Amino acid sequence: MGMLSRSPWVIHYDGSSCNGCDIEVLAALMPRFDVERFGVVNTGNPKHADIFLLTGSINEQNKPVVLNIYNQMPEPKVVLAVGICATSGGIFRECYNVLGGADKVLPVDVYVPGCSVRPEAIIDAVVKGVGILEEKRAALRNNLKSAVSQA
Amino acid sequence: MSERTIIPFGPQHPVLPEPIHLDLVVEDEKVIEAIPSIGFIHRGLERLVEKKDYVDYVYVAERICGICSFIHGLTYCMAIEELMKVQVPDRAQYLRLIWSELSRIHSHLLWLGLTADSFGFESMFMQSWRLREYILDIIEETTGGRVIFGSAKIGGVRRDIPLAKMDEIMKKMRVYRKDVAALCEQFMKDQTVKHRMRGVGLLSREDAISLGAVGPMLRGSGVAQDIRMTGYSGYDRIGFTPITETAGDCYARCMVRVREMDASFQMIERCVEQMTDGPIEVKVTGNPNGEFFMRSEQPRGEAIYYAKANGTKFLSRLRVRTPTFANIPPLLTALAGCQLADVPVIVLTIDPCISCAER
Ligand code: SF4
Repeated sequence: MGMLSRSPWVIHYDGSSCNGCDIEVLAALMPRFDVERFGVVNTGNPKHADIFLLTGSINEQNKPVVLNIYNQMPEPKVVLAVGICATSGGIFRECYNVLGGADKVLPVDVYVPGCSVRPEAIIDAVVKGVGILEEKRAALRNNLKSAVSQA
Repeated sequence: MSERTIIPFGPQHPVLPEPIHLDLVVEDEKVIEAIPSIGFIHRGLERLVEKKDYVDYVYVAERICGICSFIHGLTYCMAIEELMKVQVPDRAQYLRLIWSELSRIHSHLLWLGLTADSFGFESMFMQSWRLREYILDIIEETTGGRVIFGSAKIGGVRRDIPLAKMDEIMKKMRVYRKDVAALCEQFMKDQTVKHRMRGVGLLSREDAISLGAVGPMLRGSGVAQDIRMTGYSGYDRIGFTPITETAGDCYARCMVRVREMDASFQMIERCVEQMTDGPIEVKVTGNPNGEFFMRSEQPRGEAIYYAKANGTKFLSRLRVRTPTFANIPPLLTALAGCQLADVPVIVLTIDPCISCAER
């Protein structure tokens, strides 16, 4: 599996963003930035994904959807909160229907600020995410080993 | 009679960058009915007027939607300016027009890509988003932002475009215009595209009017209505004529947008010719009072801002009606009776912008 470790598959979900960050996420896939050349693939299926890219903040209606996607992803997994909305609620923080950033419901690994985020920042975050993914994978492996040796 | 099944479409779906949920009632492959449920992106930002004063709220208005951000901010500004009887200088109006039309071009290119992608035309998706980047470059050079411009303000605009820069931009724009036209021609002449879009998702002229369709959805069904005809922000001076098609199917709606892009390039050109030097803003003092309806034409159709002020720094009520919200009933009519595989194509020809619709 070593050769796949640098090619994370990403799933993107729009919480309650204004769209600005979503189109920048898509723009990162386009010829100018083209993250696919590094092997980063945007998938629509949470069961194939390593990295969860969440834009926009959390509200009551999308909370179950976000959790549902997160729970379907196989371990190890990494969550990126993209845009200031996803990190803290941003400009909409005082709105009555906004609970706050992504960390209200998910364990966030990387916070990506910016309103809207620039595609370069998203790529940077994915690279960071790959590093964290690696650590988590190693930890998982160690746990498994120690469990086996105890048995 | 065959059995009925309900297929959920969304909220997380590969062709949708944004969440909307449709329950599709199907009989074999045929969609009998589509039942929408929305509210995934509702933030309740209209009530923020109670917490942010009328000058700061421009930034919130811009973030109603990241695609037509500038026009949202602009419409809000225009509403407040009408309330406060502020006369915006000519140069500012022209600059606003240029940025509005640049947003329209980038929004339509974005839509073209997503639509092509919805039936698997990946290379078109890539090509149109490649061209879109060039338009974004111009926007970034002139305003400093790619998505959220932050250049509209009450009483004018925040930044000027110097003359030398304008020439440089126009030189580039002429090249991009040809590129975009070539790309669109390829798309519209493609046999597969015609096959997937002609006669699909029909919306008759009568339905379009009675269901309150707006924007290209309305003009694709042969109704010549465009808020730019009212001549806000200098549109009266550059001579605007609305673009219509009569077929009322997906293909017609695409054609309207494709032709609109070319018209936008033309309008920018005319605008630059007519522009004269001058101030770009007037000083605004005092607080707004009274109520006003402001309408504007966004890439997706007509947006309405209703603002009610009470003489303090904070507005007492703001209400926004956005084009996608108005286009949902016509969409449901267009969906009824289509094939299941056509659902993404039809949904994308209204150019849905869910964060607008739910705010
Ligand atoms: S961070 Fe800014 S651009 Fe991104 S979704 Fe939030 S408001 Fe929109």
